[in-house]
Amino acid sequence: MPVSLKLLKTSTFRLAAVYLVVFLLSVGAILGYVYWSTVALLEQQTENTIEAEVQGFAEQYRQRGLNGILDTVRRRSRAEEDSVYLLANQIGRRLAGNLASLPQQAAGNTPGWIEFPYEVDSPRGIRHHQAKAFYTVLEGNFRLVVGRDVEERRKFARIIRGTLFWAIALTLVLGVGGGLLMSRNFLRRIEQINASSRVIMAGNFAERMPMSGADDELDRLSTALNEMLDQIERLMKGMREVSSNVAHDLKTPLTRMRARLEDALRGNGNDHRDALQDTIAEADQLLNTFNALLSIARAEAGQAREGFSQMDLCEMVRDIAELYEPTVEEQGGEFDIAVCDGVDVFADRQLMAQAMTNLLDNAVKYGRDSEQGSIKVAVSVEATDKEIHIVVADHGPGIPEADRERVKERFVRLDESRSEQGSGLGLSLVAGVMKLHNGRFELEDNEPGLKARLVLPRPAQDS
Amino acid sequence: MSISAHITDELPAGDDADTMRILVIEDDREAASWLIKGLKECGHVADLASDGVDGLELARDGNYDVLIVDRMLPKLDGLSVIRMLREQNVMTPVLILSALADVDEKVEGLRAGGDDYLGKPYAFSEMLARIEGLSRRQGAEPQKTNITVGDLSVNLLTRTAKRGDTQIILQPREFKLLEYLMRNADNVVTRTMLLENVWDYHFDPQTNVIDVHISRLRAKIDKDFDTPLLHTVRGAGYMIRAG
Repeated sequence: MPVSLKLLKTSTFRLAAVYLVVFLLSVGAILGYVYWSTVALLEQQTENTIEAEVQGFAEQYRQRGLNGILDTVRRRSRAEEDSVYLLANQIGRRLAGNLASLPQQAAGNTPGWIEFPYEVDSPRGIRHHQAKAFYTVLEGNFRLVVGRDVEERRKFARIIRGTLFWAIALTLVLGVGGGLLMSRNFLRRIEQINASSRVIMAGNFAERMPMSGADDELDRLSTALNEMLDQIERLMKGMREVSSNVAHDLKTPLTRMRARLEDALRGNGNDHRDALQDTIAEADQLLNTFNALLSIARAEAGQAREGFSQMDLCEMVRDIAELYEPTVEEQGGEFDIAVCDGVDVFADRQLMAQAMTNLLDNAVKYGRDSEQGSIKVAVSVEATDKEIHIVVADHGPGIPEADRERVKERFVRLDESRSEQGSGLGLSLVAGVMKLHNGRFELEDNEPGLKARLVLPRPAQDS
Repeated sequence: MSISAHITDELPAGDDADTMRILVIEDDREAASWLIKGLKECGHVADLASDGVDGLELARDGNYDVLIVDRMLPKLDGLSVIRMLREQNVMTPVLILSALADVDEKVEGLRAGGDDYLGKPYAFSEMLARIEGLSRRQGAEPQKTNITVGDLSVNLLTRTAKRGDTQIILQPREFKLLEYLMRNADNVVTRTMLLENVWDYHFDPQTNVIDVHISRLRAKIDKDFDTPLLHTVRGAGYMIRAG
């Protein structure tokens, strides 16, 4: 499609065109009204003066006879520059007046309005002017023409008509031009968005919609689209990660399982039971991993809000802490619980508890103080006006600052912890759950140890 | 739902007195035949219906102790089967078995009239413990205020426990744990069942935190007495029984 045609098809241009038509119609109507009423008024004035003059001549004729009217006609012919007069006898011969001869239109015995061209002597030569006159036949068959030169009026009307025409023409040109210009500007920006979309569709997911910086509706559209793209990119990245990690982290145990079964099949019957038990244990571990992946994916996609309800966060934290307390104490560790009371939140109790459980699992597994060799875990809940902080802190080796973001990704396990059993999904699930709750998951230095902080936004207090 | 139990040779075989009549409504023939084989080995009587309509017919007419219902069935889905049974006042306990095992799906299943829910794949021992719990729940008198196993008794009104003449001091959570075990006396209770029923959480912690709670409880009720009541069933869970 040629660019010009494309411009005409934009919504901006159509809008401009509609406005233009409305504007033209109103301008035309106003100017037309002014024109017609001015012209009609001037015409009326001319006719009124001529009629009055004719009345005057007729009066003269009645009172003073032919000489009186001849006198008056001669006098006025000299005095009035833009008036025409003619008094002729019955055969049309001129008796007095500034017209050379009786105009063709003034024939017969019927009085009435006539218009005719005539010649005027002016310093610049003979000019052809138009006159409007009343033609009447006096008693004795004398013919009288009384009129006015309407050349000026005609010129005036012509000028007004011209003005009208040019005004409309100019409006049309400016309107169409402006419309095209606006459309081109609009079209250019839409084209940029289209181009970006095509780039994204072609597979470059890092591309974003252009911004003009004007903060207009197109910029707002671009912003919204970009936010959507960010979200899609995050989800896609998550999916890609999952698929590649699933390929790796699920294939490894499957390979092991298959090898073990094959080995058992080759060996004598005594090994079968052990091999089968190991295989079931491995299958269970795989299922755990699989379920954890699904939970993370659901939480991260933000689709798992069916389980949300009003819940007492402190009670949940105390429950879970109490679930772990004996385990820690059994290993000669210390377990501190400092939980405030009555903090109600709208959250998924099961998922929040699962997140807490994952953090405490880690604290129990890795929270061993390297010097004293005992576990020290502290759980606390603090509520401010705007946020609720759940903190799980241990005295273990902690996580180096460089790795603190990385460990939240799926299947990421720090090297020294390879010996411990685990899927590498625990912290990813915590991160996913916090994202679902519009909260934050932060890992900090407990000096020594790790401090895991879950931050939930606190709903505005109505009461 | 993850499974922490392994199948071992110590599957708790039901006594003849505890024989249950079980209807399995499941369309996957292989899964169903494994399930029925396992149930029969444990001394139960099991029938199979391989679609929802057959299942509804059999469940309505047969005198079953427990129904095991898959959710996705040909002709009529499992939840509809359960709903229709409940509408017709058939109150046979139902265990729902399904690959749809998210918390909301579980809630949906329980709302439809299911009594318990187990996600697929499952450990046979876990499934067995649950249906045994269900059939027992059916028989138990709801008004009971005292439960006694051997010389151990709990009073559900005063929330106190006694072994012989000795008062046993229990924390509230320990009491709930003991109460649940006592209500399911002579039946295996899995760790997942404990977490679900005593703590009301529907997931598995990675570490065996439940074991520590059990060993604390055991220290209180068994340590100073000759006969242990609280037994560990290897690869499955725990059981309280006299002698």
